[in-house]
Amino acid sequence: MSSPSPAPALEARGLTRELPGPVPVTLVRDIDLAIAPGEFVAVTGPSGSGKSSLLYLLGLLDRPTAGTVLLAGEDTAGSSPDRLADLRLARIGFVFQFHFLLPEFSCLANVEIPIRKLGRLGRSAARRRAGELLEQLELGDHRDKLPEQLSGGQRQRVAIARALANDPPLILADEPTGNLDSRTAALVFDIFRDLAHTQGRSVVVVTHDSALAHTADRRIHLVDGRIER
Amino acid sequence: MALPLALDIALRHLLHRRRQTLVSLLGVTLGVAFFIAISAMLQGFQRDFIARIIDIQPHIIVMDDVRQPPRQPVERTYPDGAVLLHSLKPREETRGLRGARNMLATLEETPGLHVAPALSGNGLIHFGGKDISVNITGINPEQERKVTHIEKDLLSGTLDALYTTSNAIILGEGVAKKAGIRKDDLINVVSPAGVMMKMKVVALFSSGITVLDNFDTYVLLKKAQVLQNRPNVINRLKIRLDDVEQAGPLAGRIERQFGYRAEPWQEQSRNVLSIYVIQNAIMYPTVSAILIVACFGIFNVISTVVFEKTRDIGIMKSMGFRDSDVRLVFVMEGLIVGVVGTLIGWLIGWMLIEFMASLKFEMEGFVKAQGFVLFRSPRHYLISGGMAVLSAALAAWLPARRASRLNPVDIVRGAG
Repeated sequence: MSSPSPAPALEARGLTRELPGPVPVTLVRDIDLAIAPGEFVAVTGPSGSGKSSLLYLLGLLDRPTAGTVLLAGEDTAGSSPDRLADLRLARIGFVFQFHFLLPEFSCLANVEIPIRKLGRLGRSAARRRAGELLEQLELGDHRDKLPEQLSGGQRQRVAIARALANDPPLILADEPTGNLDSRTAALVFDIFRDLAHTQGRSVVVVTHDSALAHTADRRIHLVDGRIER
Repeated sequence: MALPLALDIALRHLLHRRRQTLVSLLGVTLGVAFFIAISAMLQGFQRDFIARIIDIQPHIIVMDDVRQPPRQPVERTYPDGAVLLHSLKPREETRGLRGARNMLATLEETPGLHVAPALSGNGLIHFGGKDISVNITGINPEQERKVTHIEKDLLSGTLDALYTTSNAIILGEGVAKKAGIRKDDLINVVSPAGVMMKMKVVALFSSGITVLDNFDTYVLLKKAQVLQNRPNVINRLKIRLDDVEQAGPLAGRIERQFGYRAEPWQEQSRNVLSIYVIQNAIMYPTVSAILIVACFGIFNVISTVVFEKTRDIGIMKSMGFRDSDVRLVFVMEGLIVGVVGTLIGWLIGWMLIEFMASLKFEMEGFVKAQGFVLFRSPRHYLISGGMAVLSAALAAWLPARRASRLNPVDIVRGAG
């Protein structure tokens, strides 16, 4: 990221995803896209326009039918499933509409899981890092609670802390404020903007809330799987 | 992946479904415990029986018998020719071991080997209006006690009474019971040769092996020869070895050397031993069935967890867990149930054995067994544990594979 003319953190070339079947459905069609480090991008569009599908493709959760995704210049078209999993672990943080925390683990333990999985930090260092992340998101008092003991906004912030666990350069969020009231939603958006602008991460947020989307650096509007300009 | 993390997740899944986990654990535990207890019991009885056989019977018996009919001269002359013999009448041969003195002398020189001559034949005991068919074995007590432990099994009287009382006979307990004969009774003994003798019962024996107790009687070798009208004939050589394991090979060697049939103890007791083969063939599948049922429990609980945790599996994958990592978590769950169930099963199996060992009850009057004869073997623990853990891992593998194949996109999209 420190090179004078930085490569895009994330780049999509001709990205197309079709669902096979008797009547093939095209979710995303021929998308070209480049997102710079430190950029905060909102993806909007009506229901079924392929916003989430695009996000899953960008996050290497799904594989395109045609085209490719480049992560910090690395072409992932031919990568093995294991390589994709490793890239997700180290370089991408996901936040979903539902918090998707593991219900048996405390907040702290949930944030610790990706760190332990990556295995770069020892057990106590992992614990310290998870604690710091929760502090940053003002959840320091709730670290030992189970997810079910928290409010929706608190859970979503734990999920964000978990997405940040391995310090990924790329954060992808799928309707992260969909279940939150507007005041909490605005707070969560503030967090994302902060992640991009002060921490230099690339942040892509899928949302149907156009008011929130207008606070992003750039808006990508999808209709029927294509970018509308 | 860091093993502790998979273990951590697996443990929490299992603890979360406490009741189901307990049930499948119980299945493994019971399977392992019963396997150990039943194996100890059955093998205990088997080994006890074999030990008694080895103790009471000669390790090898040389008989006046050959395994194959002698080859006829024409067959010997044309070993490769196509020989057809009609109406062959084999020569009537006097039964008995020919050259027995020489054989005795030769065998006695072999180190670790004790040998005694005997004449064994059928007879009929007539007492109080009852006829009982028996084996009458003529023995020399001072030689006999070196090859069998009949003396140890005498309920009353002594082996030497065969010398000190004229026309003395020792009866198996079952023989005596059938006709209501008691020690010191006078009985009539008739042989197939037509000789009848009045004999005095000087002792009864009980070996604990019903077949022997019900049919065997002992007299002095000389008396047997008179009774069977076969003076100076012996038709058995009883051999006892210091090393029981040598019985098989040594019997083969004796047979080759002297031409007579030599049966090691395994062959003498083949009928009974083959029952044990069947017994084992029934026992192992039965006990294994318990473990298999237990595995269905494991399969069930892990399938349920996989089903319930579909969302978690999706999120773990989106976080960067590989397929193999996800599989590991669920196989680990099966292994935990298998290993913990095995450990508890070992404990309970051990307790069952000790409990059975503490039970005292009389079996068949004053025959030796006074409770369960148990064979405690670490092998039972290893086999049951190995089977339990292996099948637990297998039972977990199928749902684990399903879990690893789940597509995270389907899951996160479905939940949204």
